[in-house]
Formats: sequence, structure tokens, C-alpha cells
Amino acid sequence: MSVLVEISGLRKAFGPLQVLRGIDLTVSRGEVVCVIGPSGSGKSTLLRCVNLLEEPTGGRVVVDGVELTDPDVDIDAARRRIGMVFQQFNLFSHLSVLDNLTIAQRKVLRRGRAEAERVARENLARVGLAEKIDAMPGQLSGGQQQRVAIARSLSMAPELMLFDEPTSALDPELVGDVLGVMRQLADEGMTMMVVTHEMQFAREVADRVLFMDGGVVVEEGPADEVIGEPRHERTRTFLSRVLDPTHHGPGDPTS
Amino acid sequence: MALSKRRRAQVVRGVQYGVLVVAAVALALAVDWQQVRHAFLDADAAGRLFPGIILTGLKNTLVYAALGFAVGLGLGLVLALMRMSSVGPYRWLATAYIEFFRGVPALLVFIAFGFGVPLAFQIRFDTYSTVALSLGLVGAAYMAETIRAGIQAVPKGQVEAARSLGMPAGMAMFTIVIPQAFRIILPPLTNELILLTKDSSLVYLLGVARDEYELTKIGREALNVSPNLTPILVAGLCYLIITIPLSQLSRYLERRTGGRRISSPESTGLEVKA
Repeated sequence: MSVLVEISGLRKAFGPLQVLRGIDLTVSRGEVVCVIGPSGSGKSTLLRCVNLLEEPTGGRVVVDGVELTDPDVDIDAARRRIGMVFQQFNLFSHLSVLDNLTIAQRKVLRRGRAEAERVARENLARVGLAEKIDAMPGQLSGGQQQRVAIARSLSMAPELMLFDEPTSALDPELVGDVLGVMRQLADEGMTMMVVTHEMQFAREVADRVLFMDGGVVVEEGPADEVIGEPRHERTRTFLSRVLDPTHHGPGDPTS
Repeated sequence: MALSKRRRAQVVRGVQYGVLVVAAVALALAVDWQQVRHAFLDADAAGRLFPGIILTGLKNTLVYAALGFAVGLGLGLVLALMRMSSVGPYRWLATAYIEFFRGVPALLVFIAFGFGVPLAFQIRFDTYSTVALSLGLVGAAYMAETIRAGIQAVPKGQVEAARSLGMPAGMAMFTIVIPQAFRIILPPLTNELILLTKDSSLVYLLGVARDEYELTKIGREALNVSPNLTPILVAGLCYLIITIPLSQLSRYLERRTGGRRISSPESTGLEVKA
């Protein structure tokens, strides 16, 4: 399989705070990589460095042969091929669902109205929301908004999809719909990087799981190994806290 | 006398109403209604104002306010963007402009553009351009701050979503952020339009032709030949014909957009299942 994402020596600091302390990572075409880890471990920052929403302090990020960390790169052109889904959905609240899906197609990709609309309908159907095409974002549930956001990214025909805790802002009963869409996307062969707390999803869908803590990748490997039989103490502690939260006192010294 | 809390509240409110009624009655008794009628309610004097006060005065007031608002809005947007620029000199320039034009009376700006600038640059503006410039330059200073606040009130995630779809920064600003910012600031912008409507009365300083008179000027001219102050009352009522619908509109827009400013992090807990 050819390499799609190549990250080497990636560092990111916010002022004196070192968030990423040297990340090396390659993602092959068609691979699904889930990134797990405690809050503050740098996993969201890592994801945001892949489309340069955060400017890395050091290191290289190459996506599909284009070095994004090159100061002369056309970052807008590169981002067209990298979809991103946010925790807070970030649908354009002044635009209808249809316009949310067509505005970038038309203004960035210069597609005609008819084509953009056709692509939009196709992708709305893909996420199971064809009938919501004329709705305003505010009329949709969180789960529906997130699926529209996924469809919006897909309308740009991306090579790579980044998911930044896509279900963390959802009510529990709405999580399943979004994960279902993501699973379907993975089955269709989309290359995906997913920051998530959904261990079940990671275990079933991910080709590879990364456990991050303190700005470094502590452990990585097949989902069954990292989540099923973690080798590192930090991974074990994290997983037991996530999978069995009620069995930890608030004063747990390992937190 | 142990009154319950509810009873005590009723008594307090009753006393407040009582005081209001007494004050109103005292005022009504103190006024010499005969004099008031002579001074303000002269039907003949009022009648002589029509139709000029509507066809010329009301029309010109509206035109001046609209011109000033248009210039102010455009320039205000530019200033707001400059204020938020990463380029230092743009920021300083915009800040200096805003501080200056917010700090000096509109009247002085009118004098400057009516007399000073034409002298200094040897150009002549017609009245409409002078008014558009003077009101616009003053209005822009206020509107720039309002627009900036609106832009900053749009959640940061909107820009991130736009940029991650490949939009350049400028496109994200103009197609995604600014339309949402204007929905947020419609009420204060309406307010600004009302202020400009009233400030258009400063046109009287310029020495304008008769068909360029606005409401206040017409009222003041009529005062010269009127035995009483009725023209002032009529002119004042004409202003209210403009401003009250505007505030109603503002309130209506506020209600309407208030319900639609959604999908920000705070409101996502609110699930509307359709």
C-alpha cells in the first residue's frame, strides 16, 4: 500500500507548553488509524497539524506527496484533499444543509451549480439524510449535524478524512448513527485518522491504534493489541479508566 | 401588622402606581393648556407645512440618512477588518481613525466637509456628497467597532471549517464569517441608522438650497414665519415616523435571528428532533 501521510519529528509548542514532542507516523492509503489518549495528550493537536490548522513548531508533515510544512506550499490547495470533521460540527449556521455542502464545491473547486448539487445529494444520501437537504443546521439534532458535516467534507472528494472527537459533543443515543457512517466510510476504503474515546469503534474499525500521552506516541499497533493487551503501564491505566470509570477513586494517583 | 411577602409586594406596587398618577395629575394641572395649544397645536400653521415637509423634508432626511449609512457601513467594514489585521500599521491607522471620529462632534465634521475641505483642496462637493461623507465618516467610526464585535462573536470553528474545506482566509471571511456577523449585529446597526437619521439635521449648517432641506431645516424656516412653535412639533413627529418603525424592525430582527444563531457550541445541547 502506498503511503498517504508521512509525519516525522513533529513538534508543537504553545508558548512554553510542549504539546507534541516529536511524533513519527505514516498512514497508508486506505488505512484507518485511531488515536486515543488522555485529554491534554496532544492527540487533537496532532490531527490539526495534519491539515495545518495548527502550525507545527518543528518537523515535517507530508500528505499525498505534498510537504505541508514547506513555507511555500499552497495550503488551500492541499486542504481541498483533506476533509476534517470537528467535535462541534461547525456547520455554517447561516446556510441551509444544501448550501453547506455546495458552497466550497462551487467557490473552491469551481463546480457548476448542477454538479455541486448532484454531489451534495449523493453525499447526503450516503449519510442517510437525503430528506434534510433544505433544513437549516439549527433544526437538526447533533447527530444529524455531524453527519451533514461529514457529507460536507465528502463533497470535496478528499483523499484523507480527519475526525477530531466526532462524537464527544453528542448525546449518547446519537453516537451510533455517526459511528455507523464512519464505519461505512472505512469499509469503502477511505483513509481516516480518528481521534476518539470510542474504544469499541477503535477496536472494530481501526487498522491501527495509537496511544498518546504527554505529547508522544507511547504505544501503537493493531487495535486488538493496544486496546486488548496493552504493553505499557500508562496505556493500561488509561484504558481501565475509560472502560471502567466507576472503579477509580477521584484521588487516584495515576491520573 | 404582619403582611405576607406577596401582600407587601402588592402594597409597594400600589404605592408606586399612586405616585405616578399623582405626578401626572400635578403636571396636567400645572400646565397652562391654553398656552400650549397656542404654542404647539396651531392647525393652520401645521397645515401650511404640508406637503413640503413630507415631499422635501421627510424625503431628504431619509436620503441623507441612507447615504450616510451606506458610506458608513462600507467604510466601517474596511476599518473593522483593518482593526483586526495582523499588519500593525493597518491596526494603528484604524484605531486612530475610530478614536478621532468617535471623539469629535458630528457638527464639527460637517463644518470641516462643508467649508474646510473644499477650501483646502479646491474642490466642490454637492450637498448630497457632503452629507454622505460627513455622516458616513462619523458613522463608520461607530459601526467599525460594532462590526468588529460581530465578527469576533462568530465562533472560531466556523473559520476552521471553512479553511479546512480549502477556502482562502479572505473567502472564509466574506462568505462565512461576515454574513453571520451581520445577523448578530443587526440590532445595533439599526440603532446606528436611527442616530444617523437624527444627525442628518446638521445639514442646516451647510447653507443648502430649498429642495435640499430636511425636516429640521424646514421646521426652523417655518418657524421664522409662524406665530408659534407648531412647525417644531410637526418636524419632531416626522422623525418619529422614521425612527419608531426602525426600532420595531430592529426588535423584530432580533427576535428572528435570535432563534437562528445556532450550531454554536453552547446550543448543541438543544436537540431538535424532526
